[in-house]
Amino acid sequence: MSLSTTFYNTFVKRNSVYVTSIFAGAFAFGIGFDVGVSKLWDSWNRGKQWKDIRHNYVQGAGEDEVVHKGP
Amino acid sequence: MLQRLPAATLNKTGAFSAAHASPLRTAQRFGSQARFASSSTASPNPFQSLVYSRATLASATLLATGSIAWYTHLYGNLPFIGEVHASSPGEVGLHPAAYPWSHKGWLDSFDHASIRRGFTVYKEVCAACHSLDRIAWRNLVGVSHTADEVKVMAEEVEYTDGPNDQGEMFQRPGKLSDYLPRPYPNDEAARASNQGALPPDLSLIIKARHGGADYLFSLLTGYVDPPAGVEVREGMNYNPYFPGGAISMPRVLFDDLVEYDDGTPATTSQMAKDLTTFLSWAAEPEHDERKKIGIKAVILFSTLTALSIYVKRFKWAVIKNRKIVYNPPADKTH
Ligand code: HEC
Repeated sequence: MSLSTTFYNTFVKRNSVYVTSIFAGAFAFGIGFDVGVSKLWDSWNRGKQWKDIRHNYVQGAGEDEVVHKGP
Repeated sequence: MLQRLPAATLNKTGAFSAAHASPLRTAQRFGSQARFASSSTASPNPFQSLVYSRATLASATLLATGSIAWYTHLYGNLPFIGEVHASSPGEVGLHPAAYPWSHKGWLDSFDHASIRRGFTVYKEVCAACHSLDRIAWRNLVGVSHTADEVKVMAEEVEYTDGPNDQGEMFQRPGKLSDYLPRPYPNDEAARASNQGALPPDLSLIIKARHGGADYLFSLLTGYVDPPAGVEVREGMNYNPYFPGGAISMPRVLFDDLVEYDDGTPATTSQMAKDLTTFLSWAAEPEHDERKKIGIKAVILFSTLTALSIYVKRFKWAVIKNRKIVYNPPADKTH
């Protein structure tokens, strides 16, 4: 059985499976893409962002502060 | 040109120009007529008579002079003609150099340690004269300070609130939701204290000046003695980056004026750089998030563009590669 036939039989044959896998795929891609771009952003801007310098200014173990992302 | 035309064409145009000899046409050389031979017809066509009519000439002239007059009225000078001005380039201000800001590149975020230092400079120096109306204390949280630090700073300031249940206004310590305090109650008070010059609000100053961050840095570090022959009025200061050269704001940054809590030496240029970074953030707080979203958008949209180009080529391949063959029906009369 060729790859495309396997693909067709697993995902496309039943509409319920087809639609579900598209939705799940979009969800997974969304998260994965976000994580990937954030990694790139954080490594490019290492040491410049607030989360990189915040530890210099928080006093004690009081980690109850909410970190806002800008106004 | 002439060699490549068949002899019959030349004969035809020759006959044509002889038949319709207008003053305009006979003045032209024979060769140039041959060039337009294909667009000439034997009978005067309506397009030509429209183009050559006096009404067209008159209205085209009117349009040309009219638009020049209108332009001159609107902009005060003639279009496409240079002018000599009595003013010198100094009167529009020196162009600032382009500085390598830490947030300049497409992928560069703000340097938040610099924003924090810049806020120190603003608070201790500029806040004496300049307001920062669009920034509230809470905006600093998670950008340059922790919530606890900002709360302490806000509480040091008294704000008028109210009315209370007696209908009276009252004073209370500041909260995170309060905006940064203004140095003067209103613009008139600000002018009165600064020899009539209003220190502008700095919230959007980076966006409000040509040259933006480069200009501000150059302005703050650019105070020099006026060159020979330049008179600066009493109470004014010479700064070549300020349009006109004479600014009411004196030089305010001097080495070691503030003390940074991260131990960075507070030189004049360091303070000017940090302050400019801080005001760049104030003018554009969404900057970091914007660039991050920009990266995503560029990746996604370029992928989609590549995909759609591929699909288009795939679908059109059949049409572009087909060959059309015409088989004339056999002639049966012979
Ligand atoms: C002594 C009061 C005073 C202080 C302190 C002060 N300024 Fe000013 N500033 C002024 C006045 C007055 C003007 C208006 C100048 C004019 O229009 O001639 C001005 C104008 C400006 C301008 C506008 C220039 C332009 O292109 O129109 C900027 C930007 C500026 N100040 C930034 C700062 C910064 C940044 C600081 C802190 C480092 C600061 N100022 C500190 C009084 C002050």
